[in-house]
Amino acid sequence: MSEPLISLCGVSKSFGGVQALAGLSLTLRRGEIHCLAGENGSGKSTLIKIIAGIYRPDSGSVLIDGETVTQLDPITAIAHGIQVIYQDFSLFPTLTVAENLALPSEIHAGRRLVRWRHVHQLARAALARLGIDIDLAANVEALSTAERQLVAIARALMSAPRLLVMDEPTTTLTGREVERLFAIVRDIQRQGIAVLFVSHKIREMFDISERITVIRNGCVVAAGAIGEFNEAALARAMTGQEITAEGYRWMPPPGAKPRLEIRGLTVPGELQGIDLRVMPGEIIGISGLLGSGRTELALALFGLRPIHQGEIRVDGRAAALRSVQQAVSAGITYVPEDRLTEGLFLTQTINRNLLAASFEALSRYFLIDFARARRASANMIAEMQITTPSGERPVMELSGGNQQRVVIGRWLMRDARVLILNGPTVGVDVGSKAGIHRRIRDLAESRGVAVLMISDDLPELVQNCNRILILHRGKIVEEVMAEATTEAILSEILKALS
Amino acid sequence: MSLSVLRRSETVIALVLLAAMLLIGLINPAFWNLANLFSLARSNVVIGIMALGVLTVMISGGIDVSFPAFAVAAMYLTVRAMVAWDWQGVAGPFVMATAIGLALGLINAAFVYGLRMIPLIVTLGTGSLVRGFLLGVVGTSQVNIDRMPKSLIAFGSTELTSLSDPAGGHFALSAMLLIYLAMALLVHFLLTHTMLGRGIYALGSDGEAARRVGFDRRLTIFVVYALAGALAGFAGLLHGAMIWLANPRDFNGLELDVIAAVVLGGASIFGGRGSVLGTMLGVFMLVMVSNSLIIMHIATTWQRVVVGFIVIIATAATSWRDRRRIA
Repeated sequence: MSEPLISLCGVSKSFGGVQALAGLSLTLRRGEIHCLAGENGSGKSTLIKIIAGIYRPDSGSVLIDGETVTQLDPITAIAHGIQVIYQDFSLFPTLTVAENLALPSEIHAGRRLVRWRHVHQLARAALARLGIDIDLAANVEALSTAERQLVAIARALMSAPRLLVMDEPTTTLTGREVERLFAIVRDIQRQGIAVLFVSHKIREMFDISERITVIRNGCVVAAGAIGEFNEAALARAMTGQEITAEGYRWMPPPGAKPRLEIRGLTVPGELQGIDLRVMPGEIIGISGLLGSGRTELALALFGLRPIHQGEIRVDGRAAALRSVQQAVSAGITYVPEDRLTEGLFLTQTINRNLLAASFEALSRYFLIDFARARRASANMIAEMQITTPSGERPVMELSGGNQQRVVIGRWLMRDARVLILNGPTVGVDVGSKAGIHRRIRDLAESRGVAVLMISDDLPELVQNCNRILILHRGKIVEEVMAEATTEAILSEILKALS
Repeated sequence: MSLSVLRRSETVIALVLLAAMLLIGLINPAFWNLANLFSLARSNVVIGIMALGVLTVMISGGIDVSFPAFAVAAMYLTVRAMVAWDWQGVAGPFVMATAIGLALGLINAAFVYGLRMIPLIVTLGTGSLVRGFLLGVVGTSQVNIDRMPKSLIAFGSTELTSLSDPAGGHFALSAMLLIYLAMALLVHFLLTHTMLGRGIYALGSDGEAARRVGFDRRLTIFVVYALAGALAGFAGLLHGAMIWLANPRDFNGLELDVIAAVVLGGASIFGGRGSVLGTMLGVFMLVMVSNSLIIMHIATTWQRVVVGFIVIIATAATSWRDRRRIA
């Protein structure tokens, strides 16, 4: 067992009466991959910021190399070899990769002038250390998210750190990018650097970490070597509740007619001859690699691919889907992947967000019936179990899980017959994830909504869908019943495609 | 390599500029007269120096609309002081005008940094205040050529080459161009070869990231607004020296022209982007267009229409560019 690098002993921190950390103790050993697990709001971010020296603990102590450090500020933290990669990467989009890599170390070296040749040398060396190849002259804004993350990692490694803290590094990555990231993290570990991997994705923790610390409400609720845990125990520790993992079993109702029928749907360059029948109450999972056409299928159904061929019927009636309005009036609704930028008016109230698509239906002679609108949104807040003191609070105050419920709730108010969800639980923590899944199943069962769930999260699909389709190059290449498959099988199928 | 040169916004602007010059030359061959080109170059100086300051502010993610007010205040105060004290200098008055602009720029910086106020609102306010105080407290009367200090007039008329045209007229390349070029080089050096300059880009690109990396936000903001003020003050007095007149109501509406030129030169209103070369090309383009409208005897009111179009088209082009890069 290697020596401790950093120890937190009984650290507490509160903000205006809210106890973010309550006497928390944690030890990170040299060169280990340690996973910090916890739901949103469990105190993970506060803990990271204490390690990074941004926050000072109210009580308790921080030990580095066995010695108490009393005044840990960002500069001493960096001097002790602590580097944090935040979720937003802290890069400069309009500057080149070379500058993004080299400028921080040039500042810390106290330089006044920029030596461009030196900047490029430093940057080249930094990328070489990770064995990656990115155009140094490209602006960071031109890179993919995964590439930006690699730049952020390469930059952090330039200051010869001993501990690399990664805050939710996999949130925006696809399955293969996650694998590449893990390979790099293991490589970093071989260089003797400890990694604190902050996550709420249970599967990842088992893939990458050696030891794990679970925090909830600012306290450590479980800690130990990864071998001492199993998935259920970890989920229980994180949420404090038992999460049932029972598959979605669906029986075709007698004499039911298909809710959604797609015949020969083709979008030039994106989709080729998609055939699909979805019955009321069915939850169909759709997966595939990025660019497989899975998102394009959703967009086509939502009227965002006006140029398409093929026939689409909703409840037996042919639907022309040349615009979003036509799709919505046919009863098709879509919850996009990036709900923050595409689906929500963040600064507006929950009520307004819920009602955004319904004002037309709620108004008479151009005037909105506000009493009816208020009732409708209050009912939806109750039905979707959105946790908020009032519908008049801005949406940005809600947690990720609750925000997702607002987007889904908005479309349910329009009497959705077909609900398309793209990455319904991306960035949502385990507890609310289970809640959202429960809501989706209820909707399918009680309202007979046909649900198409697009996701990278294979366990999510296996657990919540009755049928799973895999798309590749614009075609459905595989169709399996969820009860007859496992995520391992699906994962093999997906790997074989790449 | 050849592709990346083509993709640079400076290349695009240079090509557009060239096309515009050819077009204007076709409509009006007098455009290519050396006399016209010299006067065109001369018209770049004052706007160009101000644009260098505005460019720096815009790269940092801010905006400055107070600089015409600062410029006019620096010019008018300095000239009035020279008249009152019968002060016949050049260096001294320019130091004074620059210092007045710099001090006013520091006030902008204090509001933007200290109170975290939106730069547009701050500079709208300080600009209006300064103009109001100037007219209310210092005076509204022009200092005309007869009372204008001789030293300033002499300095403003310094020539590089002096030529005569066949008709016996006299035209010359103003030496003030050298001042403009020197300042452009200085600002270019600051922006591209100093850590402070890269910090200005970093701040405009992502302020929070700049703070985490260790760029000094306070220093950067103060330098940027102080520089814009100082350049405006200097350019203001230079303007007075070049037109032999100090009018306290001068530079009205100039902020739009200068911001238009800077945006035209490829700077982004969202910060983090822009270059001295691009800005100089943008200034040249704007000056050339208004100059040509004058040559073609088009009323000055229509010049406002043209400037308005240029602002909208240039901003549309850059925001289209920015969006495409993000997507």
